[in-house]
Amino acid sequence: MDIELMINSFPKLLNATLITLKLLSVSLILGLFIGLGFAILRMNNNKLINKFAYGYSYIFRGTPLLVQIFIIYFGLGQIEYLRTTFLWVVLKEPYWCAIIAFSLNTGAYTSEILRSAFQTIKTGYLEAGKSLGIPSKIIFTKIQIPIAIKQSLPAYGNEIILMLKGTSLASTVTLMDLTGVAKYIISTTFKPVEVFIVAGGIYLFMTFIIHNVIKYLEKKYGFQT
Amino acid sequence: MKKLKVLGFGILISSFLTISSIADQIKIGTEGAYPPWNSKDSAGNLIGFEVELANELCKIMNHDCTIVEQDWDGMIPALVSRKFDAIMAGMSITGERMKTINFSQGYADEVASLAVMKGSKNEGLKTMSAINLSDVSADEQATLDVLTKAFKGKTIGVQTATIHQNFLESGLMGNVKIRTYKTQDEVNLDLSAGRIDAALAAAVAFTDYAEKSGKEVVLTGPTFAGGDFGNGVGVGIRKGDSKLLNDFNAAIDKARDDGIISKLAIKHFGFDASM
Amino acid sequence: MELLYFGDKGWGDELFFATLITIAVSITAMIIGFIFAALFTPLKLSNNKFLNSIGNAYTTVIRGVPELLVIYLFFFGGSGAIMFVASIFGYNDYIEINAFLTGSFSIGIISGAYSTEVFRGALQSIDKGQFEAAKVLGFNKYINFFKIILPQMLRLAIPNLSNVWQITLKDTSLISVTGLVEIMRQSYIAAGSTRDPLFFYSFAAVLYLMLTFLSMQLLNRLETKYSKGY
Repeated sequence: MDIELMINSFPKLLNATLITLKLLSVSLILGLFIGLGFAILRMNNNKLINKFAYGYSYIFRGTPLLVQIFIIYFGLGQIEYLRTTFLWVVLKEPYWCAIIAFSLNTGAYTSEILRSAFQTIKTGYLEAGKSLGIPSKIIFTKIQIPIAIKQSLPAYGNEIILMLKGTSLASTVTLMDLTGVAKYIISTTFKPVEVFIVAGGIYLFMTFIIHNVIKYLEKKYGFQT
Repeated sequence: MKKLKVLGFGILISSFLTISSIADQIKIGTEGAYPPWNSKDSAGNLIGFEVELANELCKIMNHDCTIVEQDWDGMIPALVSRKFDAIMAGMSITGERMKTINFSQGYADEVASLAVMKGSKNEGLKTMSAINLSDVSADEQATLDVLTKAFKGKTIGVQTATIHQNFLESGLMGNVKIRTYKTQDEVNLDLSAGRIDAALAAAVAFTDYAEKSGKEVVLTGPTFAGGDFGNGVGVGIRKGDSKLLNDFNAAIDKARDDGIISKLAIKHFGFDASM
Repeated sequence: MELLYFGDKGWGDELFFATLITIAVSITAMIIGFIFAALFTPLKLSNNKFLNSIGNAYTTVIRGVPELLVIYLFFFGGSGAIMFVASIFGYNDYIEINAFLTGSFSIGIISGAYSTEVFRGALQSIDKGQFEAAKVLGFNKYINFFKIILPQMLRLAIPNLSNVWQITLKDTSLISVTGLVEIMRQSYIAAGSTRDPLFFYSFAAVLYLMLTFLSMQLLNRLETKYSKGY
């Protein structure tokens, strides 16, 4: 074990963690919108729209994230026509290719989580509230939304952690995220075990924080229903 | 009955854990993604200059060899952790690598070059045709200055953990944005897609790609040798494995004297890259 | 389409065999994961604080670190660790693990952490009264566990285990670092050699979709079979 190398690589890895966190937060925000959109489409009565939304989530949940990134980065980059369109401004950059892949991937899982949360919002609450004379707007914001959040928090917390781990694949498309910088250090020191242990520790710390924040939120919304 | 089960389990385990102390059995690691040095054909076989040379050297050494593939970025760690016993993967002999592993004498050498897409502003730069960085003359410095100016702020792609990456990081070409890739294939793809402005690798890696893909990749500027570009390509051997090192050195001598290396080099590179 | 020809010209047969490797690695990894789960689930449920923290450390660390890092660490550090253990027993020669097992083990460690959580959840949701009832009826521990608890646990665990299977199957795409030629590595090689990444990565996606689809059909059938009587 080369302890000195572990200590020396720590600040560089910590610096790269910022890129990892940036990738994670941008993807999660975009993914939440995508997920919300597709969850709403899933509840549409039109069969075609419904099937389309289901197909999206099935494809992105049924294939490895690595394949998705490679198709978007190396695959789409080979289509000459694409390079003449405005899309190329985005697809030219590895950063945006990674963001697109991550957002679409987490969007698929988020749409499933939100869909099942919406389904738990039973119309019964609405009727019960109405008979007590509570306005429907208040029922929605004070009863239905909190229940939906409470229902989906554990699953969404897991999804955040899965996505954090997923961002490590950004290094396969030349990005210098935490894993990318770890690989870079290894490329000159040839000591993978030491460097990956430090990087793994940083990932673990981030998972720990996310896990506890979600736990806290669960407690906050954890009233009895 | 219980003992039988334990015995059976033991046999099962040991059939997976094979002990590689079988005499004269050596494993050679290669990348399989750096034509014409080493690559894979559509039948999944490893091919190329080093694959054929490895077989010739093993014949001379009277070793039973298997050639295994290993991703480039894990090549030296894999050798150190004994996944195989020797590296033949177009790996140049450099001081940085010698801190971790040993090298045999060089068996082949070829120059590095920058490449751009046809029509690029930096196509056909007016420079010397070749420079050697071991001892930079005034003319060579002028050539480096031309390159520094031409590629200022440009993005140049290289394969990770290569002499080419080391050279760009040395700052001899000024301030360029370096983008590192896992394989040379990926560098070539992004160069032809226009994601990077230029690429730096062995000159043959570009000519081979241009020829096989029909993409208009052209060499530009001088060819590079010496300095960060190392002292030719040799066989990487674990430190302390001096018997194998001596065997390889002797075998390379013999193969060179018999003209085997030249013959294979001309077949794969189109010129005599042997040394 | 000629890219997919079988034989020397195309990549059809190579991709076919790579698919078989993916299936074989996934199944082996799943089984290795079960062995890990069988070891760690009792630890996680143990009242002993020390044993309990070992169980928790395993699931927390493995599920909190990117799969790619776990695989790299096992690939480069695994044989060193095994040799260290062997040297304690006085065995000092080099021990080599082949690529298939290295790949399966690294995925198996990950798969095992998820399986452990599933089994723990399933065991905890079995009514405690049943343990007592079995004791009162005078069943010995062995019968108690294998005839009463285990069948119930499996029934409760199957839906979640199919999730673990999906994760395991997709994680095999990351073991190309070990040099094992599964779907992803074969597509990578083919894409590099033919310079047609779009086609080969899309085809890889189709192969994975086929595998997830078919295995889900199979697992759903299993689920209906085992949920009978409920």
